[in-house]
Amino acid sequence: MALYLPILRRKIGYLAMMNSTLSNFKTSFLSDKNSITTPDFCNSFSRRFHSSKADNLFDFMHNGGDSKELNFPGGIVKFTSQLKFLADVPEERVHCYRVLDDSGQLISNDFVQVNKETAVKMYKDMVMLQTMDTIFYEAQRQGRISFYLTANGEEAINIASAAALSMDDLVFPQYREAGVLLWRGFTLQEFANQCFGNKEDNGKGRQMPIHYGSNKHNYFTVASTVATQISHAVGAAYSLKMEGRDACTITYFGDGGTSTGDFHAALNFAAVMEVPVIFFCRNNGWAISTPVSDQFRSDGIVVRGKAYGIPSIRVDGNDALAVFSAVCMARTMAIREGKPVLIEALAYRAGHHSTSDDSSKYRPIEEIEWWKEAQNPVTRFREWLQGEGLWTTQAETELRDSARKEVLHAIQVAEKAEKPTVKEIFTDVYDVLPSNLRDQEKSLRETIERHSQDYPIDVPL
Amino acid sequence: MLGVIRRRVACKGNPALNLEQGIRVIASRAFSSTAKEMTVRDALNSALDEEMSADPKVFLMGEEVGEYQGAYKITKGLLDKYGPERVVDTPITEAGFAGIGVGAAYYGLRPVIEFMTFNFSMQAIDHIINSAAKSNYMSAGQISVPIVFRGPNGAAAGVGAQHSQCYAAWFGACPGLKVLVPYSAEDARGLLKAAIRDPDPVVFLENELLYGESFPVSAEVLDSSFCLPIGKAKIEREGKDVTITTFSKMVGYALQAAEILANEGISAEVINLRSIRPLDRSTINASVRKTNRLVTVEEGFPQHGVGAEICASVVEESFGYLDAPVERISGADVPMPYAANLERLAVPQVDDIVRAVKRACYRSSSLAATA
Repeated sequence: MALYLPILRRKIGYLAMMNSTLSNFKTSFLSDKNSITTPDFCNSFSRRFHSSKADNLFDFMHNGGDSKELNFPGGIVKFTSQLKFLADVPEERVHCYRVLDDSGQLISNDFVQVNKETAVKMYKDMVMLQTMDTIFYEAQRQGRISFYLTANGEEAINIASAAALSMDDLVFPQYREAGVLLWRGFTLQEFANQCFGNKEDNGKGRQMPIHYGSNKHNYFTVASTVATQISHAVGAAYSLKMEGRDACTITYFGDGGTSTGDFHAALNFAAVMEVPVIFFCRNNGWAISTPVSDQFRSDGIVVRGKAYGIPSIRVDGNDALAVFSAVCMARTMAIREGKPVLIEALAYRAGHHSTSDDSSKYRPIEEIEWWKEAQNPVTRFREWLQGEGLWTTQAETELRDSARKEVLHAIQVAEKAEKPTVKEIFTDVYDVLPSNLRDQEKSLRETIERHSQDYPIDVPL
Repeated sequence: MLGVIRRRVACKGNPALNLEQGIRVIASRAFSSTAKEMTVRDALNSALDEEMSADPKVFLMGEEVGEYQGAYKITKGLLDKYGPERVVDTPITEAGFAGIGVGAAYYGLRPVIEFMTFNFSMQAIDHIINSAAKSNYMSAGQISVPIVFRGPNGAAAGVGAQHSQCYAAWFGACPGLKVLVPYSAEDARGLLKAAIRDPDPVVFLENELLYGESFPVSAEVLDSSFCLPIGKAKIEREGKDVTITTFSKMVGYALQAAEILANEGISAEVINLRSIRPLDRSTINASVRKTNRLVTVEEGFPQHGVGAEICASVVEESFGYLDAPVERISGADVPMPYAANLERLAVPQVDDIVRAVKRACYRSSSLAATA
């Protein structure tokens, strides 16, 4: 019995958390050497709720003297007598899932088939996204809009991931996912209206360009705050779970966003709460001028999923079919299990961070050019599409031509349209316009009337 | 002296048998005709219970709200009644659960997020302001955020600098938020129910020392449909010589001060703000136009405080009616010290209010001459 006491003492330390008294334990255990009975104090605990499967609280007691493992809080752990640390750097990095090779040839038979119409729509939207990005970027350079952000190099990430989702799935974007909205049916005119902040903007001119949002398309309005959408996606997924809907949420963020507190809390929480959310990391190598080597030292983002108890995969972000398959699978897993999934798509930010950036200042132009040419996601998918007989050079010329015309037209219309009225300064602060804002609006209108020469003519009243 | 007794009794959580309660009962009897009493804690608990029962979309989230029955027992019994999906115990991450709560509110649910104290809300303040308060505006009405952030605010007793700050002024500055500050059990019930039902994000600032205090409640207050309007202040005590505006725990202190002043021939009108944002400027100004003198009382830091805003409002709208400069009473401009004697000096006491009122009435010499 004396041999067992040291073991008991350690266990008592744990038990003490459960409001037991040492003497109770000793008397009930020591009095009956031969059988392991449940001590009296166990009945005095408050009831614990198990919303997920948890270990039997008293498993620790039934080790039977075996010292190869122990049921610590958190579960059974095997012991080792080796003083060895886990390596900081893995011997081999996690492999990257790919379906098409650099020249668009199929190299996998483990992927989700895309039907013809979807494949062609995917390609067309990728081209439209590219065209839209190029022309809007130029428009900013010409001073016609104040700001723009392109998705150069991430067309496959945008379109292929969107294609794998259903319209019921809720999208929580960062800011480089306009393609997802494009796929869902947001028109070029609507994009242009938001960038120009005109009266037709369904954002009522409240936000700077590229901060799109559309309830109709289940795409939550872009906010400038980095990585806050990750927590929001988890909360909304909780709501979906409570509703019992056949849908999930997906949230996008970059390599930089994974350094934030929100990323950590959201992933940890999602795993504990068990909610259907897809965490999609666009690891494009850069957070403005910060390369990933200055952002983290882990093997990218995919290994972090394991740390939180979340199934994860690394995919080639320039491979539309790989992204499509991964998201399809992730969606099925998330909804069926009601648990989070992490996808890390490796890519390269071929454009500058935004129109406020000139990335040639911190990275070699040759590097940018190489990625644009050799690993272009649009080119690669086109090559596969052509190989399947679904696309031709003529179709390409026609598409590029019409896309360009459409974008230019949308910009021209948006530029000429009226700006939102003065009343929109005050609406939507609260659900109902409060009296102080009503008074302020009245006072503003009176001032404008009295001093009309001091106010710009193009602000409608 | 009274202030000291009240604080000691409040710390022990034993509201029975003290002078202060006697005074309060006298003061409040003029306004309600009932025998039933309820603590602020029970008022909050019953309000949460009723709203959760009425609407399955309402759920609670926070540290220790479930199994532990709430760090201050405000959520006692709710886990048993509604289950772990509606009373969610969280890991230690205010930023995390505030963000998750906001996300849930973005898509249909009505979360009530508890901060163990509002000092910890600073970890989550980006989500409160940028994700909750501004969302309806930034999304042009597409994203509404019917969320409530609640918890104890301001000084407790002997908890030091990082547990004692008052956040009324900071949150009160933000458009898009509503900020409520209940005092009595009736306030607690009515305002919390209103907050949960409101489609806008609400910051609900309670006070730890008030949790154990009992207040009379009428049958109307106990009814499950009871609700107080947001943005209306309550005149706790009518008067004609000076207006005292205050909120939360300081309402009790102001009422005590008013009683002392009445014995000296000064009739003070005590306004319980109930709502910092929207601020009930019309009630405040109407009162000042009647009394011609104003003293603002708050526990928080002096610079950019609630009193500063009230003073500006009165100067803008009722300048001609003021017979004396506005007096502001606030906490000291120092992080809250711990030692009991220092803490007492760092927060307003009843005598401070009495002295300030007398100064406003030109019954005593200026501030420089008093301690």
